[in-house]
Amino acid sequence: MNACALELIGVSKRFGLVKANQDISLCVPSGTIHGIIGENGAGKSTLMSIIYGFYQADSGEIRIQGQTVTIHDSKQAIALGIGMVHQHFMLVDEFTALENIMLGAEGGALLHEGEQRVRKRLAELSRLYGLEVPLDIPVNQLAVGVQQRIEILKTLYREARILILDEPTGVLTPQEADDLFKILHTLKADGVTILLITHKLREIMAITDQVSVMRQGQMVAHRETAATSMPELAELMVGRKVRQSVDRHEQSTGQVLLEVRNLTVRDKQGIARVNKVSLQVAAGEIVGIAGVSGNGQSELLQALAGIIPFSEGEISFAGQNITPKQPVNAARMRELGMAHVPEDRHRMGLVLPFAAYQSSILGYQRVDKYNHGLTLNDPAIRTEYTDRAEQFDIRPRDPFLGSNNFSGGNQQKIVLAREIGADPQLLLVGQPTRGVDIGAIEFIHQHIMDMRNEGKGILLVSVELDEIMTLSDRILVMCGGVITGEVGREQANEQILGLLMANALDPNESQGHSA
Amino acid sequence: MKAATLNKFLSIFLLPVLNILTAFIFTTLLFLVIGIDPWEAAKILVQGAFGYEEGIGYTLYYTTNFIFTGLAVAIAFHAGLFNIGGEGQAYIGGLGVSLVALGLGSFLPPIFLLPLAILAAAAFGAAWAAIPAYLQAYRGSHIVITTIMFNFLAASLMVYLLVNVFSEAGQGMPASRAFPDSASLWTWQAFMAQFGIEFAASPLNISIILALICCVAVWVFLWKTRWGYELRTVGANPEAAIYAGINPKRIIMLAMLISGALAGFVAVNELLGVQHRLVLGFNTGYGFAGIAVALMGRNHPIGVMLAALLFGALYQGGAELAFEIPSVTRDVVVVIQGLIILFSGALEFMYRAPLQRWLLSFAREA
Repeated sequence: MNACALELIGVSKRFGLVKANQDISLCVPSGTIHGIIGENGAGKSTLMSIIYGFYQADSGEIRIQGQTVTIHDSKQAIALGIGMVHQHFMLVDEFTALENIMLGAEGGALLHEGEQRVRKRLAELSRLYGLEVPLDIPVNQLAVGVQQRIEILKTLYREARILILDEPTGVLTPQEADDLFKILHTLKADGVTILLITHKLREIMAITDQVSVMRQGQMVAHRETAATSMPELAELMVGRKVRQSVDRHEQSTGQVLLEVRNLTVRDKQGIARVNKVSLQVAAGEIVGIAGVSGNGQSELLQALAGIIPFSEGEISFAGQNITPKQPVNAARMRELGMAHVPEDRHRMGLVLPFAAYQSSILGYQRVDKYNHGLTLNDPAIRTEYTDRAEQFDIRPRDPFLGSNNFSGGNQQKIVLAREIGADPQLLLVGQPTRGVDIGAIEFIHQHIMDMRNEGKGILLVSVELDEIMTLSDRILVMCGGVITGEVGREQANEQILGLLMANALDPNESQGHSA
Repeated sequence: MKAATLNKFLSIFLLPVLNILTAFIFTTLLFLVIGIDPWEAAKILVQGAFGYEEGIGYTLYYTTNFIFTGLAVAIAFHAGLFNIGGEGQAYIGGLGVSLVALGLGSFLPPIFLLPLAILAAAAFGAAWAAIPAYLQAYRGSHIVITTIMFNFLAASLMVYLLVNVFSEAGQGMPASRAFPDSASLWTWQAFMAQFGIEFAASPLNISIILALICCVAVWVFLWKTRWGYELRTVGANPEAAIYAGINPKRIIMLAMLISGALAGFVAVNELLGVQHRLVLGFNTGYGFAGIAVALMGRNHPIGVMLAALLFGALYQGGAELAFEIPSVTRDVVVVIQGLIILFSGALEFMYRAPLQRWLLSFAREA
């Protein structure tokens, strides 16, 4: 085996009482792709931040190419040949690729000379690694996959020999992800060492040479990728066997609960974010909406929930015809029997400074059982919350704990318990397991499935194909604000969904599916 | 859990106390620099504010005003709004009081007149706040800017009215004629006399009871009713509010109407309780001090009450100080207030991080 390009020996870091990293040891052999996998909160990001100089370890040692180093800031990390591609890109949107890459390495007061130098070097790099990007277009006009390539070029321009990628595929279509993997292989062939942080088992299996598993701040296992399997890794991540399926009843669907006809939602600039979308959700089915994030799913969900107005079309729900001229707000939608688990629980689903029991009536604060004449009936609200906390295993149970003091998974359970607990006819769910750890994912999936099994209708929006395919009876795919196809549960696979998500399916072939 | 309780203790008790202590330390240094014995000055200040009945009366009379304006700022703050217009709203509240007292004072008995005048104070204050609120909610004009401008508008309007409408012929004074006797609130002296208790004469009047009722009412409203719940939701997370079907525009109107009404009550204390006529600038300073009071009081009615008391004591004790020590002018009192605002407002969290670390390490050892 090659020497270690990056070696960690006994690295520990704690924040207050939380031991984020405990005695982490790791050797990443030079010129390999090394995966680090773990649940949210397992300590992956902390570890990467230590390597990149955002945090200093409390104890332990970092060695780069055999030399013991101390890294105080990202400048030093860069000087040591470490490059980092963050999950959320660190690009100036209005700048071109060239300007972004040059940023911080202008080399003088006047830009011209530096520009020439950067352009020349980029031409070499592009040729070497097949990383083609348009240099003179503002990055906000470029696709996400291209923006990511710019991030990679940025690190290569700074002579990175160790490349850290943090959840790089979260924002990519399957095809874009494949392109990324090709690039990573080319880099590896050139001797670049790559550290891939992810929670997606499939990627680990597809591309890495070795994988290290983190759990609760500790490094629990190192494996040769070829010698392990997805179930083994999943088990190592959560520390117990994971049940990969949910309990689904075979059942026929009932009456149509929600019917949407030619719904168009425009943003402030008048651009159609949702374009003439029609769909139906019947009792006893889960309709999944797949798509790369930002293709109109959020707007669709919010328009249905009465949060944002729509400009054309019609929504029929619970005997009510909703049109742009007769809009219905979110409070009324709830009264009609539509509950909504929003995509972003921090932005919408919870009021973070509120105690958990207070967040547990958000949207239902006017319901009779929570009121007591003029005042809120706090004891009743707390009693109900305590019951739900038990039922949904929300930890810790304390109803007075601030909503912001719960972990992501438990915050999501608070929202889910509230919306499911309201006993709606139809449930809108957006990204139910984003930022939620594996144990809770299974639990949340089962609760959604239980609702379906009880004959309720569910509209599920998710960017995780696994989730869509596990739960949905029918799958609609959105791209650029339109529904590009519909696939039944039995026919669905990543291939066909991926093509529909990129709207690249042969039109003749997709005709049969179009909604 | 343990950490959460410690945090609460920290932000509710320890931080405010430390902030005020810091302000006093700097005040001490200031006194040393200008050659005043700080110990002597502190004694005069405390003695002046709390040492004798008349002094206490003055302190609580100022406190009453600060409670009204402090609550006004606090309630708007919970809706995410910064109401800088307490000054103007109090002033226009005075217009309402005067119209009722002067217009109806001769036919209505006090039992009808006084409630009506109090309602008028609230209604006029609320109306003056309603315009910036509407502009914020439906036109997107920033409420900080509009409420500041409305302070100037109120001042100009009142000067005009006092000079051209209210002033008595031949007097040439920017003040209205005196209110009829039926339009005057019991002084604290008269009120206590009902129970056979003697209390020295002072401007303190039964408005302070209204102020305390307002504290309780604001607390119940904010934390115990669904409207308060909705108001706080809008303040803490406007997007969550829309998600919950709450209309933020209506909440902005609601919060500012209540805020303006509370500020308007300053006129009750000042005009019905003390001046018994509409005078120029009776509101001066109270609206702005209310911002500091709310800030110091963490926008909680109990905190506002305590902060108002502190400011009331500083006003009264400071006046005494200026009287007793010639080298102290009223400006020195303003400087002390400024230091308190600086340390408990602007530098509110200066001690937070180190204290938190210290307390946590303490908790760990325990």
